[in-house]
Amino acid sequence: MSFVQNFPFFSIILAMFSGIVSSVLSGKKARNLSLAMIVVTTVLSACTLGFCLRTGESYTFMMGHFPAPWGNEIRAGVLEGVTAVLFGVVMFLSVVGGIAHTAEDVEDGKLNLFYIMIDLMLSSLLALVYTNDLFTAYVFVEINTIAGCGLIMIRQKGRSMSAAIRYMIMSQLGSGLFLIGLSLLYDVTGHLLMSPAKDSVELLVATGSYRLPLLVIMAVISVGLAIKSGLYPFHYWIPDTYGYATPTGSAVLSGLVSKGYIFLLIKIFFRVLGYGNLVESEMVNVLYLFGITGMVMGSIHAIQEKDTRRMIAYSSVAQIGYIYMGIGLGTTAGMVAAVFHIFAHSATKALLFISAVGLYEVSGDRKDFVSLRGAAYRNPLAGIGFAIGSLSMVGFPMLSGFISKLLFATSALASPHKMLLTLFVLAVSTTLNAIYFLRLVITLYSRPREGDRPLPDNPVVRRSWELKFAVICFIILNLVLGMASQPIVQAITDGLAMFD
Amino acid sequence: MIAMNVNLVQHLLLNIEETVSIVLFGIGFTILLLHRNLIKKIMGMNIMDTATYLFLAAKGYITGRAVPIVVDGIQDVEAYINPVPSGLVLTGIVVSVSTTALMLALTIRLYERYHSLDLDEILILAKEEEQT
Repeated sequence: MSFVQNFPFFSIILAMFSGIVSSVLSGKKARNLSLAMIVVTTVLSACTLGFCLRTGESYTFMMGHFPAPWGNEIRAGVLEGVTAVLFGVVMFLSVVGGIAHTAEDVEDGKLNLFYIMIDLMLSSLLALVYTNDLFTAYVFVEINTIAGCGLIMIRQKGRSMSAAIRYMIMSQLGSGLFLIGLSLLYDVTGHLLMSPAKDSVELLVATGSYRLPLLVIMAVISVGLAIKSGLYPFHYWIPDTYGYATPTGSAVLSGLVSKGYIFLLIKIFFRVLGYGNLVESEMVNVLYLFGITGMVMGSIHAIQEKDTRRMIAYSSVAQIGYIYMGIGLGTTAGMVAAVFHIFAHSATKALLFISAVGLYEVSGDRKDFVSLRGAAYRNPLAGIGFAIGSLSMVGFPMLSGFISKLLFATSALASPHKMLLTLFVLAVSTTLNAIYFLRLVITLYSRPREGDRPLPDNPVVRRSWELKFAVICFIILNLVLGMASQPIVQAITDGLAMFD
Repeated sequence: MIAMNVNLVQHLLLNIEETVSIVLFGIGFTILLLHRNLIKKIMGMNIMDTATYLFLAAKGYITGRAVPIVVDGIQDVEAYINPVPSGLVLTGIVVSVSTTALMLALTIRLYERYHSLDLDEILILAKEEEQT
C-alpha cells in the first residue's frame, strides 16, 4: 500500500483535531491554525487526486482492524479527489476573504469558537466526500449541521439567531428522514458499507423482493438530503440563513454545505441504490420536477427581493434546482453536468458573497439597491468580482456557469422525453437570472442620483488586502473552471464511472 | 377486500414494534414541522429520533437469544442477538443529545431576547427589531 493512500484519513482527522486544539487557543492563533490546516488538507487531497489519476482507479481504505463487510471504510477516487480539492480551495478563500468581517462580527473572546466551527465543517465535508459507510455519513451529516448552525448563530443578532433555529429545525427534519431511510436500508440489506449494501440491493431488485420498502428507502433518503440541501419546496430557510450569517459563513454555507449533501446523495445513488434502479422507479422524475420548479421559482423570488444579500441567497435556490434537474435527467451526461454545476456554483456563489461584502462596506453596510448605486466605483475590484460572478451565473462564455449550462443543454438533448421542457426552462431561468443579476450590476455601475438617501457621513471602509486577494483568486478559479473545463469534465466522467 | 384488510392488520400486529415506531416517527416529524412552540418542536424532534432507535432495536432483537456480552467464553454465533443496531442506537443517542442541547441553548437565547417561545412571533419580532 502506498503512503499516499493514508491521506484522506489524515486530512479528516487533521481537520477534526485542529478544531479540538483551537478550543484552548486565542482567536488569532485559532485563525492561523485553521488557515494552515485548510492549506495542508487541500494539499493532501491534491496528492490523493494525483495518486488516483496516476493509477487510474479508486481504492478503499480500511479503518481499524475489521475488514469489509464489518469494519468501517474510506474510499477515494478521482471524483472524490477533485471535490475535496475544490472544497478546500473554496473554503480557504472564503475564510481569507471574510477575515476582517469575522473579527468584527464575532464577540470578543469568541473568535476561536468561529474557527472551531470552520475546522469541524471542513472535517465533516471531507468525511462526507470520502466515506464508504452509511452510518458514518449520518454522523458527519449531523456534525456538519451543528457546525453550520454555529456559523450562523455566532453573529449575535436577532435575525441571525432566528435564522439559526429555523435552519436547525429544517436540518433535523432532513436528518430524521435520512436516518430512518438508513435504518430501513440496513433492515433490508443487512449492510452499512456501501459496496456490500449495493450487492444486496441488486440481488433484491433481481429477485423482485422488498419492492415497496426499496421505493420508500429511495424516497426517504432523497427527500431527507433534498431538505438539507434546500431544494425548492423545502427552501424557505435559505434566504434568512445565507442573508444574516457572517460573510464567511454565507459563502461557506451556500458554496459548500449544501453541495456536500448533494455529493453524498449522488454517492448513495451510484454506490448503494443503483442509479438504474432509481431511473426505473421514476424517483428521478420527482427530483427533476422539483428541480425545474426551483429553477423558475427561485429566480422569481430573487427578482422580488429588495435586500441584495437575500437576492443572492434566493439565486442559490434556483441553482440548487439546476443541480437536481441534472440528477433528474436520468442519464450519465446529466449527472456529469450536475456535478460540474456543483463545482461551478460553489466557486461562483462564494465569489458573489465575498465581493458583495466589499461593496457593502463602502456603502455604509447597507444592502438595498439605492444605497449600492455607484458602489462599484467606490470599490472597483469588488465591483469587477461581482460583475464576473453575475455573468457566470447568467452563463456568459469563458466563465464556469456557461460550461454547466452547455453541459445541461447537451445532456438534455440525449433524453428525448425531457428535452423540450428542460431546454425551455433553461432558457426561462437564464433570462430571469439575467434580469436580477444584471439589474444589480447596472445599479453598481450607475452614478448616484440627486435625492438618494445619502450615505452615512463616514461610511465604514475597511478595504482589507485579504478581501482583494480572495476576490482575485475566486475570479481566477472561475476562469479556470470556464476555460479549462475539458480535463475537469473528463475527470468527473471518469470518477462517476469508477463509482460503479 | 375485507380479507386483505384483515391480512394487513395481522401483518401490522405481527410487527408491532416497527408499526409503533413508524407511527411515532410520523408524530414526531409532524410536531417538529408544524408546531409553533419551540419547546414542543424540540420534544417532537426527540420523539422522532427515539422512534428510529426503537425501530433499530426491534430489528436487532432475535427472540430467544442472549445479550452479546461475553461471560464465559464465546458461544456459538446463534446464541446472541445482532449487536450492530445497538451500537447504532448508542451513536444515534449521542448525536440527538448534542442537537437537542444546541436547540435548547438557542431557544433560551431567543427567549431571553424576545420573551416568547412562539417561532412565528419571534420571526416577526426579529424582523421589526432589524428595521428599527
